[in-house]
Amino acid sequence: MTGSGLGLWGIPLEVLAGAIRVSTPYLLVSLGECITEKSGRINLGLEGVLVMGAMAGYATSLASGSPWLGVLAAGLVGALFGLLHGLLCSMPRVNDIAIGISIMLLGIGLAFLLGKPLIQPQAPTLGAIPFGFWSDSPQIRSALQINPLFLLGVLLAFVLHYAFRYTRWGMRLRIVGDSEDAARALGYPVLPTRISATMLGGFLAGIGGAFLSLYYPGSWNEGLSSGQGIIAVALVIFARWEPLRCLWASLLFGAAGALGPALQSIGITSAYYLLNAAPYFLTLAILIATCAPNRTLQGAPGELSLVR
Amino acid sequence: MRSSISDYGAWLLQRIWLPLTVALIILILFAAFVALIGQSPAEVSGLLYQGGFGSAFAWQNTLLRASPLILTGLAVAIPAQAGMVMIGAEGALALGALAGAVGGIALQGAAPHVVQAGVLLAGMLCGAVWVGLSGWLRNYRGVNETISSLLFSYIGIALLNYFVEGPLKDPDSLNKPSTRPIGDNNMIGNLPGMDVHYGLLIGVLFALISWIVLTFTTSGFSLRLIGGNVRAAQMAGLRVGLWVTGAAAMGGAAAGLAGAIEVAAVQGSANASVVSGYGYTGILVAFMARQNALAVIPVAILIGGLEAAGGMLQRRLDVPDAVVLVLQGIAFVVIIASETLRGRQLFRLTPVAAKAGGAA
Repeated sequence: MTGSGLGLWGIPLEVLAGAIRVSTPYLLVSLGECITEKSGRINLGLEGVLVMGAMAGYATSLASGSPWLGVLAAGLVGALFGLLHGLLCSMPRVNDIAIGISIMLLGIGLAFLLGKPLIQPQAPTLGAIPFGFWSDSPQIRSALQINPLFLLGVLLAFVLHYAFRYTRWGMRLRIVGDSEDAARALGYPVLPTRISATMLGGFLAGIGGAFLSLYYPGSWNEGLSSGQGIIAVALVIFARWEPLRCLWASLLFGAAGALGPALQSIGITSAYYLLNAAPYFLTLAILIATCAPNRTLQGAPGELSLVR
Repeated sequence: MRSSISDYGAWLLQRIWLPLTVALIILILFAAFVALIGQSPAEVSGLLYQGGFGSAFAWQNTLLRASPLILTGLAVAIPAQAGMVMIGAEGALALGALAGAVGGIALQGAAPHVVQAGVLLAGMLCGAVWVGLSGWLRNYRGVNETISSLLFSYIGIALLNYFVEGPLKDPDSLNKPSTRPIGDNNMIGNLPGMDVHYGLLIGVLFALISWIVLTFTTSGFSLRLIGGNVRAAQMAGLRVGLWVTGAAAMGGAAAGLAGAIEVAAVQGSANASVVSGYGYTGILVAFMARQNALAVIPVAILIGGLEAAGGMLQRRLDVPDAVVLVLQGIAFVVIIASETLRGRQLFRLTPVAAKAGGAA
């Protein structure tokens, strides 16, 4: 995959294809984290959930022969971890950030331990949908091999955008996340809402992990995740808790991540790490630009421990 | 406060029964997990003890791992006094290592003690600036310090990788990109009679001094006042911004020092190996020590022992070393969740009426 056939035009094409590929786990995990944070909790453990999902998805796909069953299993394992986080944080005076970090360690440890026998065998992976069938150029064809989970994520971003605004479920979630007192006064159950929001977040993070092990790179090893679960937390803030902005931000972060390898393919190597850090830098810049001492971030859920 | 014998009883229950209950829960979960992976819980716990604390060799291994953990634990515990949750020690450690190596290279030719002091000071200063920025942003821009420290942390790690593989790369370091070495004769040596470097002593001293300052001086009191109630602190005339930034910077200095020590005592140059998770484990050390600078020392030794025992488990039982990660994860989850039991009356010793009277 070098830019040789199309000359320098190969680079934007490669970046586009790479952006879609790299952004898929960001998109899924950040949508999950967005749901969790809308309910007023933060789950920093999604990195562990993602790695665990990657392992569980790969193992299930290997055992059953069906990668889609693997995706489902990854989601369920993720939801289980979300349930653990949600339940523990529902006890008084338990810090959600600290629990998140310990769940991150637990998830990574469990995944490495249970995943030891999975490093060698090759499980069936998810196929791509060839949107480039109309072109003769192999570059365009390979660039337009879109993975189904990305499409799922895009669809979900629109659905969530609508749901947060116009559905009963979305309103309830936002009320719980914005003001616990208001939710109680209206008779909405605060803790069950938060626990289920954290479970849903874990479910999506697990699927994000399954993308890594079942599509790209499409195998299981311990270096599979490069911190996508953590970047997604930053990304939700960058997107200021809006699902559609999560989509654009994921693509942007994905493009920044894809630019490094693309530049490497034409011989520019040293900027790789700086480009990888671009998402963090952008998020920080947005935070500094939009925060002020006397008000919190616009759009932030009021109950979120991060912004209080 | 503690007026009657039964109040002392309740206090004792909190201090002794709560930790014991937590330890028991962890042990039961450990045993269940170990049995689940087909090993004998007794054998595994025996090996964990042996590998962490069972011999002089094990102790040395444990202390070697504990010394950066003491400092990264302090990196969280010191800002926590002023009510901040800083989780960026990993990046401050990485930049501390980078700055330490740069300082060491710049001072080449000077006396070894000068070079060592330069390495450590450069690391501390760099870490202090990096985490201090988070504190400053919190106060002057209202940016949440937890998020910004996490972001700064990742940027710091990226900067280390960039410089180590780019502008500062030693052309001779082929397999493992590193900066140029600070020189063998400039390395920090071992404590007398032990195979543990002076970094441990530095960490323990840092913790002791922090504890004394935080507990017995007005500075510590000011910080806790700010952590308890910012408005009250402002009313009392404290310059909150300075204190918050300063506390963050002191925490960062501890993390940066940890990185510089890794360079000056272990690696000999800055490279990607210094980023090995000490920053994250430090967060948990601080939470387990309940943000007490003195308690950070024994907790760091305990966690260091658990990590040191991983290799022993792997060799003896042929289980993956990830077992230790899982055990750590279980312990952390239980300990942090057990915070909910603290301060609650496990068993009611005093009649309700007497309690109400005492409070009035």
